[in-house]
Amino acid sequence: MTPKHLTIALAGNPNSGKTTIFNNLTGTRQKVGNWPGVTVEKKEGRINRFGHDLTVVDLPGTYSLTPFSIEEVIARNFLLDETPDVVIVIIDASNLERSLYLATQIRELDCKVLFALNMADLAQARGMKIDARKMSTLLDLPVMFTVGNRNEGMDDLLRAAIDLAESTAPLPRSRRVKYTHDIEEAVARLRDFMLSRTDGNLPYPPRWTAIKLIEDDQIVQERLTAAAPAAGPAILEAGRAERRHLAERYDEDPQIVMTDERYGFIAGIVREVQSAGTRQRVDLSRTIDLVLTHRFFGFPIFVFFIWAMFQLTFTLGEYPVQWIEAGVKLFTKAVGGLLPQGELRGLILDGVIAGVGSVIVFLPNILILFLCIAIFEDTGYMARSAFLMDRIMHLIGLHGKSFIPMLMGFGCNVPAIMAARTLESEKDRILTILITPFMSCSAKLPVYVVLAGAFFGAHAGTVIFGLYLLGIALSILTGRLFRSTLLKGADAPFVMELPPYRMPMAKSLLIHMWDRSKIFLRKMGQVILLGSVIIWALSTFPRDGSLERDYAAEIRQAGAAAEARRTVASDAESREIEEVYAETVAALRRLEKADRTENSLIGRIGRFVEPVFAPLGIDWRGGVALLSGFVAKEIVVSTLGVLHAVGDGEDEGALEKALAEAGMTPLSALSMMVFVLLYLPCLATTAAIRRETGSYRWMFFSIGYSTSVAWVAAFLVYQGGRLLGLA
Amino acid sequence: MRLSELKQGQAATVERVGGSGILRRRILEMGIVKGAEIYVEKYAPLRDPVELIVKGYHISLRVEEASQIEVVNVA
Repeated sequence: MTPKHLTIALAGNPNSGKTTIFNNLTGTRQKVGNWPGVTVEKKEGRINRFGHDLTVVDLPGTYSLTPFSIEEVIARNFLLDETPDVVIVIIDASNLERSLYLATQIRELDCKVLFALNMADLAQARGMKIDARKMSTLLDLPVMFTVGNRNEGMDDLLRAAIDLAESTAPLPRSRRVKYTHDIEEAVARLRDFMLSRTDGNLPYPPRWTAIKLIEDDQIVQERLTAAAPAAGPAILEAGRAERRHLAERYDEDPQIVMTDERYGFIAGIVREVQSAGTRQRVDLSRTIDLVLTHRFFGFPIFVFFIWAMFQLTFTLGEYPVQWIEAGVKLFTKAVGGLLPQGELRGLILDGVIAGVGSVIVFLPNILILFLCIAIFEDTGYMARSAFLMDRIMHLIGLHGKSFIPMLMGFGCNVPAIMAARTLESEKDRILTILITPFMSCSAKLPVYVVLAGAFFGAHAGTVIFGLYLLGIALSILTGRLFRSTLLKGADAPFVMELPPYRMPMAKSLLIHMWDRSKIFLRKMGQVILLGSVIIWALSTFPRDGSLERDYAAEIRQAGAAAEARRTVASDAESREIEEVYAETVAALRRLEKADRTENSLIGRIGRFVEPVFAPLGIDWRGGVALLSGFVAKEIVVSTLGVLHAVGDGEDEGALEKALAEAGMTPLSALSMMVFVLLYLPCLATTAAIRRETGSYRWMFFSIGYSTSVAWVAAFLVYQGGRLLGLA
Repeated sequence: MRLSELKQGQAATVERVGGSGILRRRILEMGIVKGAEIYVEKYAPLRDPVELIVKGYHISLRVEEASQIEVVNVA
């Protein structure tokens, strides 16, 4: 007999211990993806227990099913459209009233519901006792005790869920929220009207649909019109009439009245099942908060934590990054030894391996960063950091939680943009993602060091600091601009729970960290691989050898000349000749490489776009270097080196000298640095933007916007400087 | 009196939640309904937002949001 398949959905408030229970139930057999079309994580686990094939789905944590946030819409649609066999509602026992608010809403959906009273041990420690049997009787549904972080009660929970799913008893209808007489009458009238007009062909349970129409639920209205096009308008009109009637009767919005009544119903249940304890949190958590959100110490401690996270991510992460770099180099060498000279070798070494290598070097940083963020989230500190920073971030029209992703941007934009996942509101998330690239990432620093070092000497530090400030200023301006135009609309309400501090569980931290890193590796790898192969091809082809100078011949000539001189020279002299010869060859090779790059497609593109960069005081070499910087910003420096025929091993200052000789002035250097600071994010970041916003539209928008801002800013710097007579 | 006028350590009973739209709905859904007891745990270092205790859990609101809530029986 094939095992029977059942779908179990887990619902509950954020911080109710839902994810811990999910991890306990499914272990490592999890599949993490996104819900279709949005960036909310979807977690699913398939297990085989008690002779059943079970699919456990972790719904997003929500406080209610009012379709305001995407999480709520997702949770509700899943319950309505996928009709899971049973829904387990995780109830935070120490937070009974608010947990029951969501639970009663799920009850109204007419699905098989089971309550898991979680963390009852915590509630008991606070002097609260909950009578599960009484609750079960009062609500007419099974109630189980669980302690998620000690893995207790899981088997019983699964068993009860399976039993409930397989029971054929009709759904209990009596023990749910009863509204006051007027509302119940209005609901009944509307329900009967709907049934008579549609012959019972409704997309959702009739009573629930009637309630939602009275609550003016847009999504239900749309679905209803789609499902019953003929009767739809009349039903919606009837719903509006009932709304008006009730609004007049109560002198209040019916939704509000109904929310009040649900809480009233819940208060009744809680009075019956909970023997009162202390109302306030007289525990460790409050004491910790006295320090961590203290008026004077709160910020210094926050700054310290952020500093520590930065250090861990980018300093500690630097070691494994170097190992990986060394490993990639070794691998490149080994593969290079196996492949014959030619295009294939170039494609594999400079395209594929270099591309993949450029992604996996980020892995240690990503892992450490996500571990830190998981610790912040799981302990409850993330909410406190938002509490501290909200006042400041609100000035840009952002939520307090945007601060951490933006700050991470100074290290590397890729993890920074992924860190924006912690923001609940989609608008806040997109806005944060759009302004984060203006935080000058660490890969841009080498460019500043070379240019500022060469042209500003002792003031280089000040100039670089100024660039960082410019980036911050522009991100603030951009934030304000977009908030009042593109991403308009009321700010998401700040209303945020400050959950009690909890000891994070190693297992959950690791799962958290690994899941997110996996997404990074898989999705980024594809885009970056493609991108770096394209850039490689552009800088390699055409290879028709139509260079004006014949370098091979010149090298041969120099070789012959050296040979001729050596035959008549002493030992010391011949060593000198040898050296001169080697230098000549190296110089010729560099010239050849510069020449080749100039003749390659990317060089031609550079020539082609020269007029675009000319008003910024950037020559075609600078243009090509900037284009190549799309792969990774630090490449700007090495491309400049190649184009100015400066070798890697040459004494410091060679590139600087070459730049100055090519006509670069302090002003044009500044213009170029401003451009580097602001222009399009690197390939990896672009891929991250695409991934995290879920759309190419935002990705191209970000590329276009930042590059336009860069051009205008560099133009103002260069032309403004010239007007002021700064050459 | 408005909730935002309360000082740290003061308690009160919610009388009415004003405002409109998502914010009002959200505040109500989080259990800040008429008759709920509310305690001002503390203000953030920059005086905004404010941390409250309601129905046994901690919640933070922006001061601007808290000013939409009318309270009575301030103690």
